[in-house]
Amino acid sequence: MSELKTSRRGLLKSGAGIGAGLAVPTIFTASSAAAYVNEPTGSTVTLGFNVPQSGPYADEGADELRAYELAVEHLNGGGDGGMLNTFSSKALSGNGILGKQVTYVTGDTQTKSDAARASAKSMIEKDGAIMITGGSSSGVAVAVQGLCQEAGVIFMAGLTHSNDTTGKDKKANGFRHFFNAYMSAAALAPVLSSNYGNDRKAYHLTADYTWGWTQQESIQNATEALGWETVANVLTPLATTDFSSYIAPVLNSGADVLVLNHYGGNMVNSLTAAVQFGLRARQVNGKNFEIIVPLYSRLMARGAGENVKGIFGSTNWHWSLQDEGSQAFVRSFGEKYGFPPSQAAHTCYAQTLLYADAAERAGTFNPCGIAEALEGFEFDGLGNGPTLYRAADHQCFKDVLVVRGKENPTSEFDLLEVVEITPRSQVEYAPDHPMFAGGELGQCNPGV
Amino acid sequence: MDAIILQILNGLDKGSAYALIALGLTLIFGTLGVVNFAHGALFMLGAFCAVVMQKLLNSVKITIDPEKLDFLGNPAEIKTPYVELWFGDFGSKLIDYSVPVSILLAIPFMILVGFVMERGLIKHFYKRPHADQILVTFGLAIVLQEIIKAAFGANPIQQPAPDSLSGALDIGVYLGFEANAIIYPYWRLIYFFFAIAVLGSMFAFLRYTTFGMVVRAGMADRETVGLLGIDINKRFTMMFGLAAAVTGLAGVMYSPILPPNYHMGMDFLVLSFVVVVVGGMGSLPGAVAAGFLLGILESFASMNEVKSFFDSIYIKSIDQIIIYLVAVVILLTRPRGLMGKAGVMEE
Repeated sequence: MSELKTSRRGLLKSGAGIGAGLAVPTIFTASSAAAYVNEPTGSTVTLGFNVPQSGPYADEGADELRAYELAVEHLNGGGDGGMLNTFSSKALSGNGILGKQVTYVTGDTQTKSDAARASAKSMIEKDGAIMITGGSSSGVAVAVQGLCQEAGVIFMAGLTHSNDTTGKDKKANGFRHFFNAYMSAAALAPVLSSNYGNDRKAYHLTADYTWGWTQQESIQNATEALGWETVANVLTPLATTDFSSYIAPVLNSGADVLVLNHYGGNMVNSLTAAVQFGLRARQVNGKNFEIIVPLYSRLMARGAGENVKGIFGSTNWHWSLQDEGSQAFVRSFGEKYGFPPSQAAHTCYAQTLLYADAAERAGTFNPCGIAEALEGFEFDGLGNGPTLYRAADHQCFKDVLVVRGKENPTSEFDLLEVVEITPRSQVEYAPDHPMFAGGELGQCNPGV
Repeated sequence: MDAIILQILNGLDKGSAYALIALGLTLIFGTLGVVNFAHGALFMLGAFCAVVMQKLLNSVKITIDPEKLDFLGNPAEIKTPYVELWFGDFGSKLIDYSVPVSILLAIPFMILVGFVMERGLIKHFYKRPHADQILVTFGLAIVLQEIIKAAFGANPIQQPAPDSLSGALDIGVYLGFEANAIIYPYWRLIYFFFAIAVLGSMFAFLRYTTFGMVVRAGMADRETVGLLGIDINKRFTMMFGLAAAVTGLAGVMYSPILPPNYHMGMDFLVLSFVVVVVGGMGSLPGAVAAGFLLGILESFASMNEVKSFFDSIYIKSIDQIIIYLVAVVILLTRPRGLMGKAGVMEE
């Protein structure tokens, strides 16, 4: 018969170990009393807005934060209600979510994956955030989505355009309202064909991270299907500011189109360098040299100034849309802040409403209940026409806007004109499309 | 061949900026013995002088036009710049030339900034270790860039060159190449010649004026110059202001090339320090030579052929590391840098 022997030192060690274990924050080991992580028990529910407040996408982050604050105001019954009035689902009534007043905490992603994960973790662990949303970079979105999956909270992605977010890096707890690189390319290709023809040589400059790679791959595939030739694809580090040494080789490459797979400050700087080197005034192969920016935003257009005139790109939403939802949102946002919202603001506002609506319809904040309510959800009235949250990959499918830098703007906000609204059917793809293959959605994680 | 010439030209404007910043850094280090990590922030502040001037010249009188509607459907505000109301076409020209005009603002402002920085903060760290100087000036740089971010936002702000100088010159035609083979923007050429003019003026000032002679003597032997009854500290403070002005001017004129953003100083700072070290600590000609050399090398390394070659021997992103690689090689073969003198930063 074995005898249990204990010493004083052993007992102290064991006690210290058990104590430390009990003291570990409960984020990933939630109390068994709760049905899911950060289950709200009081009269409020806390949302975590994780946006870039510094770094190359900080202006987008600032606009996202404005939109989140507006959404919270509307959810709590303040203001004019914005798109709550036009949303096809009528589950929300302006008394918070499931009767709880909505509060929020904010974090700064700094447009860096590690900083974004740290701020999201802090909001979940210390502030009790039940949902994390935001981001203006796909690298950040993929990183935070992974963290939310592990932690057992819902991640409602903000501005993230990489195919990977709902492709190889998709997660059961993550949902994306924004469109993606494949959709941009599918929408742009016919417009490029009709404006520039099918015999073109394209030179790509590509931001060297997940969004840039998938954007470049998508637009290359789409344009090569038209008959275009890809002359070169040069990766540029995200931190690059002076693109002149990347632009100079374009001059003698034989290309007659430059595709700038850049966003935010990167795009402003690369387009500036391209225009300074006279690319837009050149004739190559008997054709006018053209520049394309696959993903556009009004904030970028404002930064790039005169240089954007006549340049094609795509966007998820634009304030000039005349549907009821867009107009309601522009009115609310414009009256509160004095200028129209960006596409980043729109998608973040929509995501907040979609989360709140899903919680109301599910009758719970349990991430698995919310995921079930969002999967396959068809809705309208949020500015993009009839939209589907596809269950297979948690990607929203809706119309895509092809835009062009306006030649004669009538105001400081009137920088882009919508040249085509590409119908949803034209940008749809199978969940197992090669550009999205490689990942598993997995099971939703409530964190307990 | 045309691609090589193009990259040499391309390296010249970047090299010009490195040389101007490195010159200021070297002047401050040579005179005051301070390693100034806030120097990049001075470059950024200079660029924002252009932004401020653009905003000042674009101050508008707002009138309501009931005929037009804004994005909310309210009567639209019509904005007319005051300078156009006051001066007509000349006002429009002023707006067009806002970048060169902003030099008038940048010179006194940057001298003032330099003076305040030196008297208010840096003078307290003269006798402290270099590590302390680096920490405090780096902290100052972060404070300055956060102030600029709070005031002007985080995105780059376009500063267009004047319309008449915004095109590009077909240099290839003059060199016997076919049309459009070597195209170079006018403003970048102007920047290069501007840098040469500023560098030449600074060297002439230090070489041929009594003030410059005293400063050079002070750099060589501060104590002896002080014993001669010359208030060398006062002159060094003035040199700090002058170095700030040179760096600020470099920023002003660079603003049409790289739209100013709050972080641009940091981007240039690290490279400029490498330039100073490669040139030789305390050597003004060394800083200038290294600035142009590294600017051109960086440009070459961005050529697709060069990148492909280095990729093939498993050295990725050579354009990002070329400056540091060259710095390592030069410092291994010439530990004092290209033109460094014995005794500077040596025990």
